[in-house]
Amino acid sequence: MSDKRLIYLDNNATTPTDPRVVDAMLPFFHNVPGNAASRNHPFGWAAEEAVDYARDQIAKLLDVDNREIIFTSGATESDNLALKGVFEMYKRKGNHIITLKTEHKAVLDSCKKIEKMGGEVTYLDVDDKGMINLAELEAAIKKETILISVMWANNETGVIQPMKEIGDICAKHGVLFMSDATQAVGKIKTHPKELGIHLMAFTSHKMYGPKGVGALFVNRKNPRVKVTSQMDGGGHERGMRSGTLNVPGIVGFGMAAEIARKEMDADAARLSVLRDKLEQAFIDNLEEVYVNGDPAHRMPHVCNISFKHVEGEGLMMTFNQEVGVSSGSACTSASLEPSYVLIAYGLGDDLAHSSIRFSLGRFTTEQDIDETIALVSKGVNHMRDLSPIWEMYKEGVDLDAVQWTEH
Amino acid sequence: MAYSEKLLDHFKNPKNVGTLDKTDQNVGTGLVGAPECGDVMRLQIQVDAEGIIEDAKFKTFGCGSAIASSSLATEWLKGKSIDEALAIDNMAIVEELALPPVKIHCSVLAEDAIKQAVNDYKTKNA
Ligand SMILES: Cc1ncc(COP(=O)(O)O)c(C=O)c1O
Repeated sequence: MSDKRLIYLDNNATTPTDPRVVDAMLPFFHNVPGNAASRNHPFGWAAEEAVDYARDQIAKLLDVDNREIIFTSGATESDNLALKGVFEMYKRKGNHIITLKTEHKAVLDSCKKIEKMGGEVTYLDVDDKGMINLAELEAAIKKETILISVMWANNETGVIQPMKEIGDICAKHGVLFMSDATQAVGKIKTHPKELGIHLMAFTSHKMYGPKGVGALFVNRKNPRVKVTSQMDGGGHERGMRSGTLNVPGIVGFGMAAEIARKEMDADAARLSVLRDKLEQAFIDNLEEVYVNGDPAHRMPHVCNISFKHVEGEGLMMTFNQEVGVSSGSACTSASLEPSYVLIAYGLGDDLAHSSIRFSLGRFTTEQDIDETIALVSKGVNHMRDLSPIWEMYKEGVDLDAVQWTEH
Repeated sequence: MAYSEKLLDHFKNPKNVGTLDKTDQNVGTGLVGAPECGDVMRLQIQVDAEGIIEDAKFKTFGCGSAIASSSLATEWLKGKSIDEALAIDNMAIVEELALPPVKIHCSVLAEDAIKQAVNDYKTKNA
């Protein structure tokens, strides 16, 4: 990368590590070299103490007991452990799991694997704003249902599901409730116990901590939930996840959790103003702009928007030397499929191909947003000048009536 | 993914963007792709009395590689006879722009657009 100032608006992909987090981690690479499982010398004790401290910091953010935090390598692993671990542990009780079509691949592909292992999975639709239908959820529960897995906030659109209502339904039917809360933890209040969530997956690198470390919250009491380990070995993490703990990573994760607990409300308030400014500017400056996802139930820092008759990846190329975002279009021969999340919202393939996700973060400034508004608006106009379907739309051609040649 | 200088130049400064009158007897139009697939290319040629392409224009909805492929195609078309135009092979576009393997379909689309435009012209003037 050149030293030109770049604007980073892809914080849902990963967040920059907060410098305060980096500072907290540094001693644990060389000065404190121990293995947290070495119980017979000061090096091990210091490492274990640091891990315990981080576990407390994270437990405090979630308002849970520190013994309910299982460290993993990230949310992908936590999702796998929760889903497959519950399935294996409870399959004598039942083999049915309910989830959403808009979940992250870490959940969906774990569910696919569970189906191969003899499980049955129901993938619920969402409405055109991305929200779950609670009546459909309740109707899908049967006596074999052991687990309902619903993400807290969607990674592509920021849409927040009604966790309390889902928790109530789970409690009513005696079904375990798991949530992939990767995009919510550290950004908004996420207290699983208040909502009846029994397992919750999250990751450090989406909350200004380092990459390669995550956690699974597993409820210990009423009910006591257990998962079968998916990584076998030395029996770390109460036997649920073996492997030497990533001490510097965990220390950083803990620090990130502490900072989040103190600062997330202020961050959210500031970022929602900037996000709204960005979104409103596009709506005001440009025609045929569609916001994806329910604006009333959305993470404060996310904006997913379709610029109709412009292809997202091409649009991104007009400004990607200056601004980093991501697109719901995957225009490669390997996958001509646009975002399955937006398709589940009922968007046509054309609007899904035209979508861009802007995700702001702690280090986003108002100047970043002003520059982004100018660059993206210019890019959209450039791409529309080049777009034959924009021209046809402007001439009043009914695009649905055109005989396109699929390829 | 890093793109070649040539590709970036065609993307940033596309050549021959525009629209020819598709009802004109001397104009052939090719429209290929579909919005659902993420790319639509419209390529037009204007042919003189000697059967030489005197002008070519395009508009494309698509990714950077699709736009660059169509821009390059219009450049190559100008001055060619319609038979020479039909001989343009998508692999030549791939080489010229150094398209990555996942973007080869963009060059195929450009070749299809050329063929359709020439056929449209031929049908009109049959
Ligand atoms: C909702 C969601 N779940 C899971 C993951 C995977 O997280 P990790 O990169 O820590 O494995 C991500 C990140 O891409 C995510 O957004």
